Amino acid sequence: MNFTFDLNSIWFMLVGVLFTGYAILDGFDLGVGALHLFTRTDEERRLMINSIGPVWDGNEVWLVTGGGALFAAFPIVYATAFSGFYLALMFVLFALIFRAVAIEFRSKQPMLWWRRLWDISFSASSITASFLIGVALGNIAWGVPLDAEHEFAGTFLTLLNPYSLMVGITTLALFIMHGSIYVVLKTEGALHEKARPWVNNAIIFFVICYLSTTVATLLYVPHMTEYIIGHPVLFVVPILNMLAIANIPREIHHRRDFRAFLSSCASMLALLALFGIGMYPYMIYSRPSPENSLDIYNAASSARTLEIMLIIAVIGMPLVLSYTIVVYRIFRGKVKLEPTSY
Amino acid sequence: MDVLTLSRLQFGLTIAFHYIFPPLSIGLGLILVIMEGLYLKTKNPLYHLMARFWVRIFGLIFAIGVATGIVMEFQFGTNWSAYSRYVGDVFGSALAAEGIFAFFLESGFLAILLFGWNKVSPRFHFFSTIMVALGAHFSAIWIVVANSWQQTPAGHHIVGQGLNARAEIVDFWQMVLNPSSVDRISHTFMGAWQAGAFFILSVSAFYLLRKKHQDFAKTSIKIALIVAAVASVMQLVTGHSSAQGISVTQPAKLAAFEAHYAESAAAPLYLFGWVNEKEEKVLMGVKIPGLLSYLVHGDFERPVTGLRAFPPDKRPPVNFVFQTYHGMVAIGMALIALSLGGLFFWWRRWLFNLKWYLWILVFSVLGPQISNQLGWFSAEVGRQPYIVYNHLLTSEAFSKSISSGEVITSLVMFVVIYIFLLALFVYLLNEKIRQGPSEDGIISEEHRA
Repeated sequence: MNFTFDLNSIWFMLVGVLFTGYAILDGFDLGVGALHLFTRTDEERRLMINSIGPVWDGNEVWLVTGGGALFAAFPIVYATAFSGFYLALMFVLFALIFRAVAIEFRSKQPMLWWRRLWDISFSASSITASFLIGVALGNIAWGVPLDAEHEFAGTFLTLLNPYSLMVGITTLALFIMHGSIYVVLKTEGALHEKARPWVNNAIIFFVICYLSTTVATLLYVPHMTEYIIGHPVLFVVPILNMLAIANIPREIHHRRDFRAFLSSCASMLALLALFGIGMYPYMIYSRPSPENSLDIYNAASSARTLEIMLIIAVIGMPLVLSYTIVVYRIFRGKVKLEPTSY
Repeated sequence: MDVLTLSRLQFGLTIAFHYIFPPLSIGLGLILVIMEGLYLKTKNPLYHLMARFWVRIFGLIFAIGVATGIVMEFQFGTNWSAYSRYVGDVFGSALAAEGIFAFFLESGFLAILLFGWNKVSPRFHFFSTIMVALGAHFSAIWIVVANSWQQTPAGHHIVGQGLNARAEIVDFWQMVLNPSSVDRISHTFMGAWQAGAFFILSVSAFYLLRKKHQDFAKTSIKIALIVAAVASVMQLVTGHSSAQGISVTQPAKLAAFEAHYAESAAAPLYLFGWVNEKEEKVLMGVKIPGLLSYLVHGDFERPVTGLRAFPPDKRPPVNFVFQTYHGMVAIGMALIALSLGGLFFWWRRWLFNLKWYLWILVFSVLGPQISNQLGWFSAEVGRQPYIVYNHLLTSEAFSKSISSGEVITSLVMFVVIYIFLLALFVYLLNEKIRQGPSEDGIISEEHRA
């Protein structure tokens, strides 16, 4: 490998780490949301929501911090992507707002219509957010029209190209698979047995999506595969990914649910690593004029800022990881309904 | 309307709505620490009951604060991309620091605060409460640092020319401790403590008037009243110090606060008035001659720079800034009177029998909310026409690649959703207050012991 470990590459990886953290952590609670309406009774639905109750908003902080790190390290990317994807991002924000309040408000009133309303809102917003995050990733991989000033030169409809929609569905499938394993891991009794078959169905759904996306990438998005073809040793990443996915049904079958969940995390890690390797050193690929692309050099902050930020990250991230682990440890084990539950 | 006006409208609206919630969580966070600390010290279950009740309300406030706060961060990129390119090097690091040092701390330990009562020891729960309160305060520090840099930029230099010009950081600590940071952080903290304290005063006074949860309400009032009095009096100090700083760093804003037009002359302090910006004078104004000069310089005669020292297109909208600033100060004074009065009544043992005073307390919750909003308005609009003071005009900072149709779509959605959210929030808050603190299985046996 000849990654040049300059500050810009380090920050490319660190921003990637934050967004990967977001995908893995919020991925399972978005997936739980997408599966929410497959449960029927109030108790089951309460168990679903409370399985993510203590952690969902901490998970979302990974997105906020990833956004902040992107703003600081690559402000031009932040400005171009967020203004270019304006309406799509607004819909993501509205979905995240609705999701947060649905979780918080559902338990506050006993009326059936009230709970139904928030159940639908929780599920619909989880699905919308997952899908749109995938569409955004798809567009970044596919490339978007940028002008010489690095401004987005397309429209909302530019973003709805078939490839990006496909990545959107794949992302939704990935989160559903990840979420279904989390439900199996966190529940017991009837809901647990009910959720078990979800995993295999979700894996099948995801693998079909993943294979189609891979073929489409090889055929239509050659710049995403250049780096990996030039460095064959990197083929280990997609291979690890497939092994991790294949391992999930095995672990589920042997009722080693925590290992299944770790496998799912590993496959997400591999997928995002693949995405990062494919993009490197580009951050927003410009299509049809690649010379207008934003990469880790022409879109970065000054070396001084990258240094300062690195110090902040080196101090901050171990703290973040340590209390994330503390919180997850305190709330480990099967979810139980208590007076303080949602 | 054009993209610039619409984006300004959207930013103002979303931040004003968001800013209802963070001050409440900062202030309530502090008071929760006090209540849980008292419980650990005295083992009096009443304090435990209080902490449980206010934590539940804290959770509701926090959830809406998070949901609306995430909008703020993304909006810099979506609506203000030219601004983001210009300041990303400086401003972004403060935002990222907020994420890493504040949000993770707050949201991680909030889980223990809300759901961990029976999962961790009372001591660890108390520790979590402190962490959540610290996180809320850290968050305010970093966001106010970022905003203060826009008011009084420091620690940076400008590279490039024209459209490619951008600020680059030279000295991180100079950027963080820019000339207005410390004043504005302390001023914001006191406003937030007031918001939390008067919120508790309001709910507790309501219980007393309704003859419900009397012990709970009386003890809550005593704690909140002390916090309210300290914060309100300190607010005068931090406000004064802020204004003195502004007279040096942002003279046009200070002149607009008092509609002081004369280029350089002894300046009066207005109690109220209406500014005619065309004729450059204050109508129906009641003023104390020389008092502004005295407050700024300690000398009634010494001149203060007036608005005429700035070309008309470099002045903020004077009447708007004048009114919001005076509204904030007037409410601030009323809150001092209200909280000191409360302490006096407490000392004379009248506090819980004065119906009229308790009724004022019920409505006092609006005081800090309104003055916090007005304070932000006067600070932000007072900086106009600049988005980064003396560096970048607001009119140059918006996103060029978005259309007014797109902003109208999002603006309408924000208005609809926020009205809906506010209605739900008030409804649920009202429900929680009506239910009141209850013992139903809340204090587990081991915690009682």
